[in-house]
Amino acid sequence: MNIFDKTWAWFTADGAWTGAGGIFQRVAEHLGYSALILLIAAVIAVPIGLMVGHTGRGENVVVAITGALRALPTLGLLTLFALWLGLGLVAPIAALVILAIAPLLAGVYSGIAAVDKVTVDAARAQGMTESQILRKVELPLALPLIFGGIRNAALQVIATVTVVAYINLGGLGRYLIDGLAVRDYPRMVAAVVLVALLALIVDALLALLQRALTPRGTR
Amino acid sequence: MNWLMNNLPYVGQLSALHLLQSIIPVIAGTLISIPIARLAVGRRRDGRSTAGHTAGSAFKRGAVVNTAALLYTIPSLALFVLMPLVLGTSITSPLNVYVALTIYVVAMMVRSAVDAFESVSPVTLESATAMGYKPVRRFWAVELPLAVPVMLAGLRVALVSNISMVSVGAVIGIQSLGTLFTDGLRRNLPAEIIVGIVGTVVLALILDRLLALIGAWLTRWRKA
Repeated sequence: MNIFDKTWAWFTADGAWTGAGGIFQRVAEHLGYSALILLIAAVIAVPIGLMVGHTGRGENVVVAITGALRALPTLGLLTLFALWLGLGLVAPIAALVILAIAPLLAGVYSGIAAVDKVTVDAARAQGMTESQILRKVELPLALPLIFGGIRNAALQVIATVTVVAYINLGGLGRYLIDGLAVRDYPRMVAAVVLVALLALIVDALLALLQRALTPRGTR
Repeated sequence: MNWLMNNLPYVGQLSALHLLQSIIPVIAGTLISIPIARLAVGRRRDGRSTAGHTAGSAFKRGAVVNTAALLYTIPSLALFVLMPLVLGTSITSPLNVYVALTIYVVAMMVRSAVDAFESVSPVTLESATAMGYKPVRRFWAVELPLAVPVMLAGLRVALVSNISMVSVGAVIGIQSLGTLFTDGLRRNLPAEIIVGIVGTVVLALILDRLLALIGAWLTRWRKA
């Protein structure tokens, strides 16, 4: 049997999908961690991105911070937080939130900043308040770049959540780490296939959401 | 600080390994991305860009860019682990990291190289042709240099992301600054992990600065 047949056998084995440690449970854990991480990162990054993009104040700081965040090694943060905060859920969530902030912040900030200043001035001349301009003019026009940031962050988080298995948590990384320990390649290949599929499905759903939210005039 | 002082040679050695694993994939990945991107952009012989003009070229561009993006969804840990299957190497061979990270760099760079070639004005290329540049020489002397600024922006992101990704190799036993993370966790030494994190960030800052300088030198005509 070659590796593909063995992987297929792994997928079709009794109890591969249901029950404790089954695929359904691991996918649910993986999605749960990822959603929580993206949500927290969005709560932090979106308001900052909107403010900086709208006012133009603090641009240099944002650019410097997103660059520095990209350089931070997630595995290092994960292990450090695990030592400080214990082997619970808090350590990996905190480490990955930091990872997700950079693409989100970059997307929101650059999206708002890229809106044509003439359009913004026109809205202001029509008597819109600053918050109306932000909500009704800049935000809709910035949606493509903002969604670019969200999709980028989602891809990175879903791919990177696999490393939380290294500190004894669940998710699809479990199959990778456990498979690695006993050199069980079919299980590791299965993990890769599942993570890639999950990332693609989530990205496709976000693309649909983006289409639904984009005003017809700006498509 | 004490931990660092007592282990300075060890940290230096790991930094050197980390440096190698950061640079080689970026160079290899860039060299692979440029021809792929150039073919994906596709120009007529007279130098006009066809991207976006014909259904065929838009499809080709989309296929290349989306395939590259797909590669990026594979977790780095998974890619390191699977490389021995593809390459026939042992699981702790640094070659796994070189090839896996090269794939990531290609995934990131193809996109910005396509943007870079599209940013070159067709009028400039036509002028070059009118001045007697043959296609090959026009590519090396005009098109590629003009694509450098946009490509460089993508390259800097790829380099910095790559440096932080190298450390993941430590999970499967490939030595780099990431070894300080796995070792520090096992021995309950936060100081060791902090040295690893700071070392990685410093390495990223230095290489990014260096790349920016190289870029400025390559495009020194821009200052004139």
